[in-house]
Amino acid sequence: MADLRNNFVGIKSPNPFWLASAPPTDKAYNVERAFKAGWGGVVWKTLGEAGPPVVNVNGPRYGAIWGADRRLLGLNNIELITDRDLQTNLREIKQVKMNWPDRAVVVSIMVPCDEESWKAILPLVEETEADGIELNFGCPHGMSERGMGAAVGQVPEYVEMVVRWCKQYSRMPVITKLTPNVTDVRRPARAAKAGGTDAVSLINTINSITGVDLDSFSPTPSIDGKGTHGGYCGPAVKPIAMHMVADIARDAETRGLPISGIGGITTWRDAAEFMALGAGNVQVCTAAMTYGFKIVEEMISGLNNWMDEKGHRTLEDFVGRATPNVTDWQYLNLNYITKARIDQELCIKCGRCHIACEDTSHQAITKELNGKRHFEVLEDECVGCNLCVNVCPVDNCIDMVALEPGMLDQRTKKVVAPEYANWTSHPNNPMPTHKKLEPAE
Amino acid sequence: MANGVLKEGIAAGRLAAGEYQQNFSDLHVPFDAHEARVEADRCYFCFDAPCMTACPTSIDIPLFIREIATDNPLGAAETIFDQNILGGMCARVCPTEQLCEEACVRMEAEGKPVQIGQLQRYATDIAIAEDRQFYERAPETGKRVAVVGAGPAGLSAAHRLARYGHDVVMYDAHAKSGGLNEYGIATYKTTGNFAQREVDYVTAIGGITTVHGKALGHDFTLAQLSAEFDAVFLGIGLGGVNALRAEGETAAGVANAVDFIADLRQAKDVASVPVGRRVVVIGGGMTAVDAAIQSKLLGAESVTICYRRGKENMNASGFEQDLAASKGVSIRHWLSPKRVLSEGGKVVGLELDYTRMDGGKLVPTGETVIIPCDQIFKAIGQSLASDGEGVDLMGGKIAVDGEGRTSVSGVWAGGDCATGGDDLTVTAVAEGRDAAESIHRALIGSGITAQARLVEGARTHG
Ligand SMILES: Cc1cc2nc3c(=O)[nH]c(=O)nc-3n(C[C@H](O)[C@H](O)[C@H](O)COP(=O)(O)OP(=O)(O)OC[C@H]3O[C@@H](n4cnc5c(N)ncnc54)[C@H](O)[C@@H]3O)c2cc1C
Ligand SMILES: Cc1cc2nc3c(=O)[nH]c(=O)nc-3n(C[C@H](O)[C@H](O)[C@H](O)COP(=O)(O)O)c2cc1C
Ligand code: SF4
Ligand code: SF4
Ligand code: SF4
Repeated sequence: MADLRNNFVGIKSPNPFWLASAPPTDKAYNVERAFKAGWGGVVWKTLGEAGPPVVNVNGPRYGAIWGADRRLLGLNNIELITDRDLQTNLREIKQVKMNWPDRAVVVSIMVPCDEESWKAILPLVEETEADGIELNFGCPHGMSERGMGAAVGQVPEYVEMVVRWCKQYSRMPVITKLTPNVTDVRRPARAAKAGGTDAVSLINTINSITGVDLDSFSPTPSIDGKGTHGGYCGPAVKPIAMHMVADIARDAETRGLPISGIGGITTWRDAAEFMALGAGNVQVCTAAMTYGFKIVEEMISGLNNWMDEKGHRTLEDFVGRATPNVTDWQYLNLNYITKARIDQELCIKCGRCHIACEDTSHQAITKELNGKRHFEVLEDECVGCNLCVNVCPVDNCIDMVALEPGMLDQRTKKVVAPEYANWTSHPNNPMPTHKKLEPAE
Repeated sequence: MANGVLKEGIAAGRLAAGEYQQNFSDLHVPFDAHEARVEADRCYFCFDAPCMTACPTSIDIPLFIREIATDNPLGAAETIFDQNILGGMCARVCPTEQLCEEACVRMEAEGKPVQIGQLQRYATDIAIAEDRQFYERAPETGKRVAVVGAGPAGLSAAHRLARYGHDVVMYDAHAKSGGLNEYGIATYKTTGNFAQREVDYVTAIGGITTVHGKALGHDFTLAQLSAEFDAVFLGIGLGGVNALRAEGETAAGVANAVDFIADLRQAKDVASVPVGRRVVVIGGGMTAVDAAIQSKLLGAESVTICYRRGKENMNASGFEQDLAASKGVSIRHWLSPKRVLSEGGKVVGLELDYTRMDGGKLVPTGETVIIPCDQIFKAIGQSLASDGEGVDLMGGKIAVDGEGRTSVSGVWAGGDCATGGDDLTVTAVAEGRDAAESIHRALIGSGITAQARLVEGARTHG
């Protein structure tokens, strides 16, 4: 059995699967259930300042997109931070942590962007003996209109300032949760680091409108005929989140900064991919909200089996292993030449590869042979783009086969060169450096 | 009180009322919107889709399925009706396992084709329930066409001709239109009086006058029609029934399967249709299977299909054979009827020869078997009930070319009565439609005038 124990900025948990700050972690009742189900940790639903709590809308707060069988692919919400009284939350956090000393309990916080507010709440949270705090600089709706959440996360100077206060007024580890609603996520990440954060977590939700009711012409979810943008999460956001995690993991300034990966994680494989890109652990929200807490059993068992199969004994064995392989386009090897090849045994002759290539790409797949439907790649036309593989409904039916050095590329009529050669030294590059650059390690 | 399955002889009311209702309900429960969307999502939207090639009416299957998947069932219905105005009935009765669904690439992939027939039914049911008409008639051409026979072939031809602006008079010997859709198709395939609802839907385009109870050869001649109309289409089906050529065929209890089925279809209450305790059906096609299954559903204790050749030679599809077996019908092969046994003029049994192939010829082996029974249905094929009235016949059917033209100028034919194609509803529809196109070309001449151009439906009018 692999060892799934996780140590994230000193916060220990029996596995790397945490529940993200959201409804699943809003009260002791839910968190107790989550821990019973096996979750390694939780980030408590974001707390606000003392006084009357925020109010949520009383109409629908979710919107979604689905696959044909109503598989939930993306979820959108307009929920605010916790709408429960601060003292109640603090009392419950303390009790839960006492009941579950081996689990991670991190408290998410969002208070107005002034020193007094942060100075006031930090000791209250510290008193619960929670393991750390997460700064919610991500919530993109409602709270941001009041100068909090994403409104802070989008201004690196504010991020740095608040992180600094937190480090100053608290002994707890600080995880800064970033918003994806920025053009370059590295800038707030660098600011958090400059402020002294122990880690970043990302992503929070993405600004979105999930649908429009074509009768009432209201965006959905519709609150009395009107809607507002919400935050998008769930499987659909995973690629965006992974890109941002990788960007921070490989940035010269933030490299090595611990990352808690969030965004669309639904299975053990999603988690493993985030971690391979550099996340030290992961947080899950939508998947739990879709299927309940039991999914963690699949995640634990799947990760275990994969690690055993690959010989990874601990999480450290694979965390960050994919990071060095994320590079810039200009460093991709232009001498790596592939051709699609169709396995005629597996091909069911749907013709999708043909029409995709014919109508929209490179006219490199046949449609018939001797008057019969027949789909085969024309090597002298195939640019190796991989579109056919992605549209083919049959697993492993089309393979991208790399040409060996010395072989003739039928399309360019050139022999495949053995050496690595990228765009920086390519003769067509209008701004060549004339000195081949290698990607930074 | 039910008579019970054990009552000797031929009797009605063998079952309790609830059992009849259950037995004669829809064979396939129709899809609801969610099921349709999920099934539609299985379609790969194939290029040059093999299912489409396999459909005798060449419905654009990937397109209509995609329209269902995108919550546009009326668009789907229009796509279907563009090629097959009887798409509703075809969705119910096509042996899809031998046509579109057999060709579906998902069949090759996993042995489970996209349920094209069920999806086709989903879309067409919605359009027909809403009485959504997609086609307007082109301006009147002043041309008049007689269509003889209001079965699938005739209806399909009439609709296409009416669309082109021709004036159609449809004659049918029966009291109702629909042909075998009304009098032949198994009850559980077309419930809720669908055949008549579909006839109304098709003829609602206008420009079609139907004259019932008038038969070619009895009430008028082909020559008269040719003189009165600019063109004639014959879609008279196969009204005759082949003889058994077995001794004692005239005993009470020997009947034509098609008549039994027609009675059943026309009965106000199926419980009133009598059936034997022990039934033998002779034949190996769809008619034999339908008669056998429906005998069983009426409460016959035992039903046996006797076919003179092997399983592989049966015209009934594998699905139909399995359906029969699942209803408790036993199918016996290599048996040919020799003699009907009767007592007091009533059937008591059937003696059959065992048969085998001998040098490509079917011969009796010399051994025989007696199956006790009180009712025998003949389902050994239908034949043309007309001498052709001067048009050339070939192999017992009206000889036609690829466009449905007969040997007589100005006379077209299609469907079961004409050569070519399988005897299926969908082929009749295709042939009727194609003949109408040919008639239209002939009437208008090669230079189609702007006036007579087909008026497209909502699709182009946007
Ligand atoms: C019992 C049975 C079950 C079947 N089940 C199926 C099935 O499940 N699926 C399938 O695809 N096919 C099935 N078929 C075959 C299908 O019904 C026929 O192929 C189809 O109906 C042929 O259409 P048609 O228009 O050519 O002829 P018909 O449907 O036979 O219609 C001919 C019409 O012409 C009229 N007519 C005949 N003679 C004259 C005349 N002299 N003057 C005026 N009118 C005349 C008749 O009254 C009738 O209305 C079945 C056939 C039978 C007998
Ligand atoms: C209903 C809902 C409420 C949320 N509330 C919070 C919150 O209070 N604080 C916070 O930091 N993130 C909040 N989030 C964001 C999630 O913690 C998480 O970052 C995001 O949903 C992406 O992860 P996922 O794809 O696994 O859901 C919320 C998400 C949802 C769906
Ligand atoms: S997409 Fe795949 S299955 Fe379909 S024709 Fe191409 S190779 Fe064959
Ligand atoms: S008409 Fe019949 S064969 Fe053609 S698509 Fe429909 S169900 Fe299939
Ligand atoms: S063959 Fe099957 S999958 Fe392909 S278009 Fe037809 S129904 Fe769809």
